[in-house]
Amino acid sequence: MSTGLLTLIILALATFGMVAGRARAVASAGGDIRRLHSLPTFYGRFAALLAAVPAFLLVIVWLLAQPVFIENRALSLISPADIPQGSSDTLVMSDVRRIAGGLDQLAARGADLAPLVTDAPALKAALNAAGVALQNEPAPSVIAAAQALRAMQSTSRLIMTGVALVLAVAGLGWGLSRVRPEFRARNATESFSMWLLIGCSLVAVLTTVGIVASLVFETAHFFRLYPAKDFFFSTTWNPQFRGGSSLGIWPLVWGTLYVSAIALVVAVPVGLMSAVYLAEYASKKTRSWVKPAIEILAGIPTIVYGLFALITVGPLLRDWIAQPAGLGDSSSSVMTAGLVMGIMVIPFVSSLSDDIINAVPQSLRDGSLGLGATPSETVRQVVLPAALPGIVGAVLLAASRAIGETMIVVMGAGAAAKLSLNPFEAMTTVTVKIVSQLTGDTEFASPETLVAFALGLTLFTLTLGLNILALYIVRKYREQYE
Amino acid sequence: MSGSLFTQDARTKARNAAERRFRTYGLGAIILALLALVWLLISIFSAGLPAFRQTFITFPVKLEESVIDKAGNRDPAAMAKVTTVGYGKLLATALEAEIAAKGIDLAGVPPKEITDLISQESAATLRNMVLADPALIGTTVQFRAIASGRIDGYYKGRVTMESAALDKNTSPEKLRLADNLKAAGLLATSFNLGFLTMPDASDKRPEAAGLGIAIAGSFMMMVVVLVLSLPIGVAASIYLEEFAPKNWFTDLIEVNIANLAAVPSIVYGILGLAIFINFAGLPQSAPIVGGLVLTLMTLPRIIIPTRAALKAVPPSIRDAALGVGASRLQTVFHHVLPLAMPGILTGMIIGLAQALGETAPLLLIGMVAFVRDFPGGLFDPAAALPVQVYNWTQRGDPGFVERASGAIIVLLIFLIIMNTAAIILRRKFERRW
Repeated sequence: MSTGLLTLIILALATFGMVAGRARAVASAGGDIRRLHSLPTFYGRFAALLAAVPAFLLVIVWLLAQPVFIENRALSLISPADIPQGSSDTLVMSDVRRIAGGLDQLAARGADLAPLVTDAPALKAALNAAGVALQNEPAPSVIAAAQALRAMQSTSRLIMTGVALVLAVAGLGWGLSRVRPEFRARNATESFSMWLLIGCSLVAVLTTVGIVASLVFETAHFFRLYPAKDFFFSTTWNPQFRGGSSLGIWPLVWGTLYVSAIALVVAVPVGLMSAVYLAEYASKKTRSWVKPAIEILAGIPTIVYGLFALITVGPLLRDWIAQPAGLGDSSSSVMTAGLVMGIMVIPFVSSLSDDIINAVPQSLRDGSLGLGATPSETVRQVVLPAALPGIVGAVLLAASRAIGETMIVVMGAGAAAKLSLNPFEAMTTVTVKIVSQLTGDTEFASPETLVAFALGLTLFTLTLGLNILALYIVRKYREQYE
Repeated sequence: MSGSLFTQDARTKARNAAERRFRTYGLGAIILALLALVWLLISIFSAGLPAFRQTFITFPVKLEESVIDKAGNRDPAAMAKVTTVGYGKLLATALEAEIAAKGIDLAGVPPKEITDLISQESAATLRNMVLADPALIGTTVQFRAIASGRIDGYYKGRVTMESAALDKNTSPEKLRLADNLKAAGLLATSFNLGFLTMPDASDKRPEAAGLGIAIAGSFMMMVVVLVLSLPIGVAASIYLEEFAPKNWFTDLIEVNIANLAAVPSIVYGILGLAIFINFAGLPQSAPIVGGLVLTLMTLPRIIIPTRAALKAVPPSIRDAALGVGASRLQTVFHHVLPLAMPGILTGMIIGLAQALGETAPLLLIGMVAFVRDFPGGLFDPAAALPVQVYNWTQRGDPGFVERASGAIIVLLIFLIIMNTAAIILRRKFERRW
């Protein structure tokens, strides 16, 4: 039975519970609903929730956990001799999965599978015809594993359907059996709903757990294959897909910091000065259209900035500055990416700084102006020093944004990992390498792929640290004037 | 050093000059930021608008039964065996015949190479047309073929006589022949609907590349994001804002949400790859995985404005509801939530708009794959609008730059529509208490 049909049946049971619970409640009160503790609909809702929620939770957990258990069992069927040299469990398992999927497709078309599973060449031909391309003929134990996988999948599916339906019917029955005039249906339904609300707010925690777990787990895997010392202290980045790569993080960190530094050099003065102008000088009317206009820059997807760097800024910098000055002839460069990223970051700096400058108490300004300072002297000597911690926080947030930015550097900074000071040379960043190591057909056993997780963990730690620091500073600062 | 009030002394002059300078810097910064915005938009629009127009060559094609259906029994299986090569020849002879019939000067193009003027994709289009409607066989149809990328580029100013002389895919003679065809009324440029409906095309055929699958894929992902993140986001916000006691546990959730909103989007891609694809075994390139990843990314960005909207509802509403005997849950669902709805929806639309433009996480979960078939469901491979842009920029043919910029325009139009809807919603329904 397909999951969709199962969902529909459970929903139908829940709907039935809704109607029947309500009807039973009214009947049990002899038609006089004043004798009930709660309104009749609450009795219906109670039965419906009991029918639907446990069954759905079971289906979700089952579907998530099923592959792990089943694939381990299938993997144990493959004889170690059938795992080719230079290959790995995960690669063979992906073959098994594809063969199983292909066999399912063939079965759905009504093909007779019995002769195929004993005849590897015929199986390969049939699978290729079904659109499942296999590189070489599968070994007998691989086919057996695929068959076992299919069998276990269908049994597991059957058991899941059965258990879910039993759970739904049992929940429905129990829910209906509790319908009595004195039953506090409203309280029961509401505490049930409250748990649902709590469950939803746990999704955020689960996401963090998921991020940290997947990063840490795969990074540990990476460090088993590649020495951590080389990763943290080597200054060459040169992945070879035949092994023997050097995967030192420093060229990438250097590129990331260089690009982000240029971005901040562009964004901080522009963003800060526009914030000062908007907060201190601009008329209300100007402010009402300039502020949203600058914030459009924050709403534009980063891919647009990437394309802008690629087709406009890159060639422009190359033709007008880099080539005449003899600094290089690559259109993707640290300068290109940094400049465009700077434009992207302007609104982050200006919006936050604007809020912070507005939070400086008017009395400080009045005092300064009253002593005869000009408005600009007031800004420079009173407002900005008072707002400084907050502005530092804003700049740190912008920096974390710049470090984690991907598309602009993928399209604007280039792919060559090097340690160089020339801003018109192509360099690469942590995010670019995460993309290039993980895009395309990847297998999760080589250090060249797994390094992306170590890079991801580095990036995550770096940006998280900056964010926490920035939020702490901003909060501290806000308290100061409240 | 005692001056009068009417003549400024040197120091006041210097201070006033500094004041004016400071103001100018501020104004300059704003102008710089706005100029950058204008420059960005002009550069994208000028590069992308030509993608919405396309050069077509229209000529009559006789669908010879002897080529398409040798047996003459209209058996679909036998007809499907005729490849696009057969149809290509049909198109070539038809175009050659038409040029001869109209007496158009070949401008030195060898008759064999006339077919280079039309896109290789046209043969496939013609084939699909015939397979869909076998009654056409034997008749003569007026066929509108897409001109090849170089010819199309010539009418958009991308290809010139000089560049064509150096290009092995075309020649100045072919461009002259195209001019002759234009003079004879065979060749014309018109609105390119195919750009919005056709699937992606291979590396050599930028003229036939369209956004159909990318738009479908993005739409599916947005549906997944909406269906999952609206209920979960609203439920989480209600709990945190209305019910959560102040303790370490709710603090943990709050800190988590604040930090998740600032995690770089690519990290969500890594999460999706590790959890949804490697661990749970969901298929690569599928809109369901993209939708789930974008949901996780969007959730904290939705929870923050939703909580603000709930907080903006004055406590007197809650007190009144509680006072007439509503339970706390009824108070929230019957009174607070409806009043906060405009604010919640605004936040939701803005969150969706951000998710629509997000590229980096989708690269990691395989959305870069080349997909030619429209996805039939959430588990089929599909493309996504922003990823399609990235994909096209990675290709060699310069025609793809125009396509990529055109795709950005489509993306920006969707974003403008969504953000305008959010602004209208806010203006119309937001209540100030």
